[in-house]
Amino acid sequence: MLMNGARAVLESLKKEQVDVVFGYPGGAVLTLYDELYKMKFPHILTKHEQGAVHAADGYARATGRVGVCFATSGPGGTNLVTGIATANMDSVPLVCITGQVANPYIGKDSFQEADICGITTPITKHNYLVKRAVDLPRVLKEAFFIACTGRPGPVVIDIAKDVFAEEFNYEYPHAVHLRGYSGKFTGQEKEIDVVFAALQAARRPLFFIGGGVTLSDETADLRAILARTGIPVVSTLMGLGCADPADEAAFGMAGMHGSYAANMAIMECDLLVGIGVRFDDRVTGVVEEFAPRAKIAHFEVDAAEINKNVRVDYPVLGDLRWSLPLFRQRLESSAADYKGRYSMWRQYVIAMHHEKPFTYKKDTGCIMPQALVEMVSRMSEDQTIIVTDVGQHQMWAAQFYTPRQPRQFITSGGLGTMGYGLPAALGAKLGQPQKQVVLFTGDGSIMMNCQELATAADYQIDVKVIVLHNHVLGMVAQWQRMFYDRHYSESLLNGHTDLVKLAEAMGVAGCRISEPAELESGLRKALAHEGPILIDVMVPDTEDVLPMVPGGKRLDQMILGGGEV
Amino acid sequence: MKKFLLAVLVDNKPGVLTHVSGLISRRAFNIESISAGYTEEAEVTRINIVVSVESEQELEQVVNQLSKLIDVIKIVNLSEVESIKRELVMIKVRANRNNRADIINVVNIFRAKIVDVGPEDVVIELTGEQGKIDAICEVLSEYEIIEIARTGAIALSRGLLPVKKM
Repeated sequence: MLMNGARAVLESLKKEQVDVVFGYPGGAVLTLYDELYKMKFPHILTKHEQGAVHAADGYARATGRVGVCFATSGPGGTNLVTGIATANMDSVPLVCITGQVANPYIGKDSFQEADICGITTPITKHNYLVKRAVDLPRVLKEAFFIACTGRPGPVVIDIAKDVFAEEFNYEYPHAVHLRGYSGKFTGQEKEIDVVFAALQAARRPLFFIGGGVTLSDETADLRAILARTGIPVVSTLMGLGCADPADEAAFGMAGMHGSYAANMAIMECDLLVGIGVRFDDRVTGVVEEFAPRAKIAHFEVDAAEINKNVRVDYPVLGDLRWSLPLFRQRLESSAADYKGRYSMWRQYVIAMHHEKPFTYKKDTGCIMPQALVEMVSRMSEDQTIIVTDVGQHQMWAAQFYTPRQPRQFITSGGLGTMGYGLPAALGAKLGQPQKQVVLFTGDGSIMMNCQELATAADYQIDVKVIVLHNHVLGMVAQWQRMFYDRHYSESLLNGHTDLVKLAEAMGVAGCRISEPAELESGLRKALAHEGPILIDVMVPDTEDVLPMVPGGKRLDQMILGGGEV
Repeated sequence: MKKFLLAVLVDNKPGVLTHVSGLISRRAFNIESISAGYTEEAEVTRINIVVSVESEQELEQVVNQLSKLIDVIKIVNLSEVESIKRELVMIKVRANRNNRADIINVVNIFRAKIVDVGPEDVVIELTGEQGKIDAICEVLSEYEIIEIARTGAIALSRGLLPVKKM
């Protein structure tokens, strides 16, 4: 069919079942937006390109589908960079389409020209510069395929302005032909047998699960394996929600701010089975002393992750959708009494967890941030999606909120991007409109993309924004308190911004909760509000996130603290 | 530090060299040399990379990270198989009536070639393994070397099996 490049892009998006695009128009994408207008293609206009890319990311994480965003050339593209890097670190499938200056102007330092492919090469799974309309169908087909197969990730398509206007005969390909990338990641079954055999010999096995389980939607197999064996399980930040929250031996997050039992279990286990994890420095502590008594098995789709940070004894290279069902099958067809075999070890770790759970000081006369998170956890529905920003509130959310399912705890893990939360929450809500979406943010993070409150208002996107307002950049201040002689260098905000008025000015409802006695009723009322609302909750300014493994320390060298059990 | 020569077959598409070099710099890998050129297949480019690494694990990371690039079709470590390695150097040396004969002598001993002669200089070309190239550079440094251009090493395996089928 004869059409221009712009139409071809949008037709291809329809073929890929894209139901919404997040974006911001500009000079190089005028033709694209003209076709979008003619086709009435669903589009969310954010207030900043960074908002668009984070929203596409939140949409992708909440739905498991590819998130799509548009931006113009130059500053449009560079404003996407933080969002692309965020998605890349957490393996989120995105297709970001940017306009480029027209072919004759490329390389001439033209108006709004920036080398987006050059800039995004280190932070994308792949990228393309399209200089001919005839390449568009193949490139779009490949981009979606690459973004969502194997280890997912962001793909950038930079399209020269004149390509959008170029007429050509459009035909969308049925299949992808890439010589260096099959998109299939089936491994060798004998590697699974090796782990199975190692498990028979183990006395203190531990599962250590991460974002890969979420990304591959392998929760059912994982939960069945855990139920069959009774093996204790700990998680990375990205793996929260995968283990059954009713499992007594699911100890939540491990690592720098992980639970005592989770970290001690890593130190004492004799077989650590990592599943979809990358042994990030926030979770290993000093890496040479990570799981020192254990053989390490690693189920992983990305060959480059095996032996990258931690030496692996038993790798299982392949898609978890291939390996976990086979592993489950072996366990279920075995007659062994795994539960009996590991029960002492299981009870031992459970006892540690009961002895030293996540705690905090109560009856302080203030609204404790942890109490707030716990209360929201109790009030929320089984389907509620929690989104966080980055900082202390993020860690408290990870410690005290219990997500019931994967894709219900959305957070910038690898890159730790402040300002991620609000736009990501908008994207999550648009992807899952029937589910309640609650954002935990701080008075630091919210200001980094607070302009998107206006987007929430304009489209009436029903997100509940809970600000844990402590008047400081809490995590920075905590480190300064602990390691920099209480030099609170540029971390005391004491801002004059009235966040409730800010929300109201943008068209979003707002309320403030300052007294512990008001907390429950105030929260109930605010969460029941129809439409977006910002809930500004005043919390103390010197609370630390604990436990904490200081940099360069082993996981069992935690600073404990908190309060009474 | 150990050196390995990797033959990397990639799609002959724009941006491929950016992807490869971008990855190398991002992961802070040590590269001795890198060269690229067309192959027997029009749509395939062969990149020859000499990496220097501390350990087997680091080499494994280089190979695995490069393999992840969508444009990369195949990587073979030619230092691990029987192979022939060659490098080309061109050296411009200042030469006058007094020392020209000495320089020609050196060229002959190394079985190098003089490919250009000017009133005050000669350009010498030599193909060989890296050690031989280093050696002629060393000897010629007694004279006045004006400039040197080296290609970096390339290699082919011995026998019938090409890299793409390994």
